[in-house]
Amino acid sequence: MNAPFSPATTGNSAITEDSWQELASHTVARIALGRVGSSLPTRETLRFALAHAQARDAVHTPLELSALSASLQDLQLASLQVRSAAPSRAAYLQRPDQGRRLHPDSRASLLAAGVEPCDVLFVVGDGLSARAVASHAVPLIAATLPLLQEQGLRVGPVVLATEARVALADEVGECLQAAMVVMLIGERPGLSSPDSLGVYLTSAPRVGCMDSARNCISNVRPQGLPYPLAAYKLAWLIRAGRTSGTGVALKDGSAAEAGWLQLQQQLALAAQQD
Amino acid sequence: MSYAITIGPHRYQFDDLKTLLARATPLRSGDQLAGIAASSAEERVAAQMCLADVPLTTFLQELLIPYEEDEVSRLIIDSHDAHAFAPIRHLTVGGLRDWLLSDAANSNTLAAVAPGLTPEMVSAVSKLMRNQDLIWVASKCRVITRFRNTQGLPGHMGVRLQPNHPTDDARGIAAAMLDGLLYGAGDAVIGINPASDSPEAIHTMLAMMDEVRQRYAIPTQSCVLTHVTSTLELIRRGAPVDLVFQSIAGTEKANSGFGINLAVLGEAQQAALELRRGTVGDNVMYFETGQGSALSANAHWGVDQQTCEVRAYAVARHFSPLLVNTVVGFIGPEYLYNGKQIIRAGLEDHFCGKLLGLPMGCDICYTNHAEADQDDMDSLLTLLGTAGIHFIIGVPGADDIMLGYQSTSFHDALYLRQLLGLKRAPEFEDWLESMAITRAGKLQAQDRQQALLQLMETFR
Repeated sequence: MNAPFSPATTGNSAITEDSWQELASHTVARIALGRVGSSLPTRETLRFALAHAQARDAVHTPLELSALSASLQDLQLASLQVRSAAPSRAAYLQRPDQGRRLHPDSRASLLAAGVEPCDVLFVVGDGLSARAVASHAVPLIAATLPLLQEQGLRVGPVVLATEARVALADEVGECLQAAMVVMLIGERPGLSSPDSLGVYLTSAPRVGCMDSARNCISNVRPQGLPYPLAAYKLAWLIRAGRTSGTGVALKDGSAAEAGWLQLQQQLALAAQQD
Repeated sequence: MSYAITIGPHRYQFDDLKTLLARATPLRSGDQLAGIAASSAEERVAAQMCLADVPLTTFLQELLIPYEEDEVSRLIIDSHDAHAFAPIRHLTVGGLRDWLLSDAANSNTLAAVAPGLTPEMVSAVSKLMRNQDLIWVASKCRVITRFRNTQGLPGHMGVRLQPNHPTDDARGIAAAMLDGLLYGAGDAVIGINPASDSPEAIHTMLAMMDEVRQRYAIPTQSCVLTHVTSTLELIRRGAPVDLVFQSIAGTEKANSGFGINLAVLGEAQQAALELRRGTVGDNVMYFETGQGSALSANAHWGVDQQTCEVRAYAVARHFSPLLVNTVVGFIGPEYLYNGKQIIRAGLEDHFCGKLLGLPMGCDICYTNHAEADQDDMDSLLTLLGTAGIHFIIGVPGADDIMLGYQSTSFHDALYLRQLLGLKRAPEFEDWLESMAITRAGKLQAQDRQQALLQLMETFR
């Protein structure tokens, strides 16, 4: 939110500073900005420009697949690469329908990959913020894997997808005969949150699944929902969803578990020690 | 009925009126997504030429969405005022454009024909109009509404103060509200988009805003923008509800996707009227709209997104609202791709709303995945200011931290006021003067003794 930018405008007599600056401690909203005449002071117009630039870059920066593959390799996870039917970023932004379907070549290569059916398949999609995916997808998978191993679940290779919408995972999961897919995808970036990761869990994935058949965990990032809590929630939903199926009828009860409270306390303690 | 025109070697045929309207629409991504846009630039102008020759009476005979299957169609036809329509009944769509731009169309004659115009006629004529036409004709329309102050007077513009907070934190909301009031914003309404849909949380927000309003005797109205059925329930529980808010769309099916219909809107209006909280008038409704809402609900019947939008104004008009605004760039680039499309749509929505007699405002806004930026918003803001916009949105620093999009700021409103000499609602302006926030309409520097700042002590 507050960028490391402090030009030498202190004592600039053109600026009318606001006498209620201490109110800014109550909200991250851009209040008490001061004014020059009726307009924004230079420092504020540039702070805003920087935040918007970061959000724009998050939308348009391509996902670096090789770096992701290498990090997954370190977790002993193989990865496959696919792309959606959207031929470009511009097409992706205007045609949600194309971003929900695999490119025919990608579909063919998945079908020919000879992957064993699995219980849980992770799909990592760029979505609207490659930055979110690059920063948070692998740490979240790393935090979730041990919890899935405790449940004795078979985890498939991670599928890395570009120009991807959430529903692309349905076709991927169908091709690879996964019992459940977990789509990790970059959320629509806001000025104060250019790197939020969204998680969508769908059981019995197939083309044409309704959004009401999914469960969602949003705003995964250290300043939002931290990895250990997101992983705990995801593993809880996977366990519950395996018996009842995912969707609006499956209510997230993870926060009522003793394990959740323990994790929260650990995180609070760690924050204090920082 | 089909429509056709020959241009050089090409014969263009349009199977029905809704196809003609869709092909005649200036380019936008939503109509392309729906597969109904013109396939070439020439086809678009061919459709516009064809449309110019369509008599206005055709729109009363050839309905875009069947009367039997859509209550919005029924509302449009059943409430059409033949007497008001009489002076323009003989015109074609092109003839209507010429009349609107002529000196014969002034504030009085435009207001007189408004009940005789249907959304489809208005949408059709807007497709033949350039941006300057949309601005000029809208600037001639006069729509005045009242609740605790008077809005829409010539040379005036309101601002909705939008003090949203991602967790509805009372101190966070109060801090943003104070910031807005001290920047002279809030005459249109103080309106919160809640993060929570819990009735208790919304009741708390309503009570907080009402307490502040009463404590400082602010001549404005408040609103929590929650679902109409929740507001109805809160009215029954005795919550201090000034305005009833609802998002609306232009087809029955899209409205049912919002969980509403005309009957429930009427019920809520009646309940709010019975509270008798307005002091200078009884416009108790606040509506938001936006191009693309019908398509995104898969409820557009093959009708272009702008025409669907104008049909929503027929819904709004039925309930005599205090405020209506299009949230023009919020829906995303699948519907309005870039700054050019957002600017055009904002001007269309404002023009069409005003022509139908609505107190039309605009949330001049964009998301980070649209090809738009602050410069585009500055352009649309300035253009709508010249067009006589009823009100705009004021968000601290233009950054809505709850909804995650960029709108206009308190500073933006001040810029427009000083550029065009636009005044605030007179009752509100008087209050700002009495609080020494403004002098002769101009914002004053505040010291820490400012009485409004004591408000925060309530929240410590």
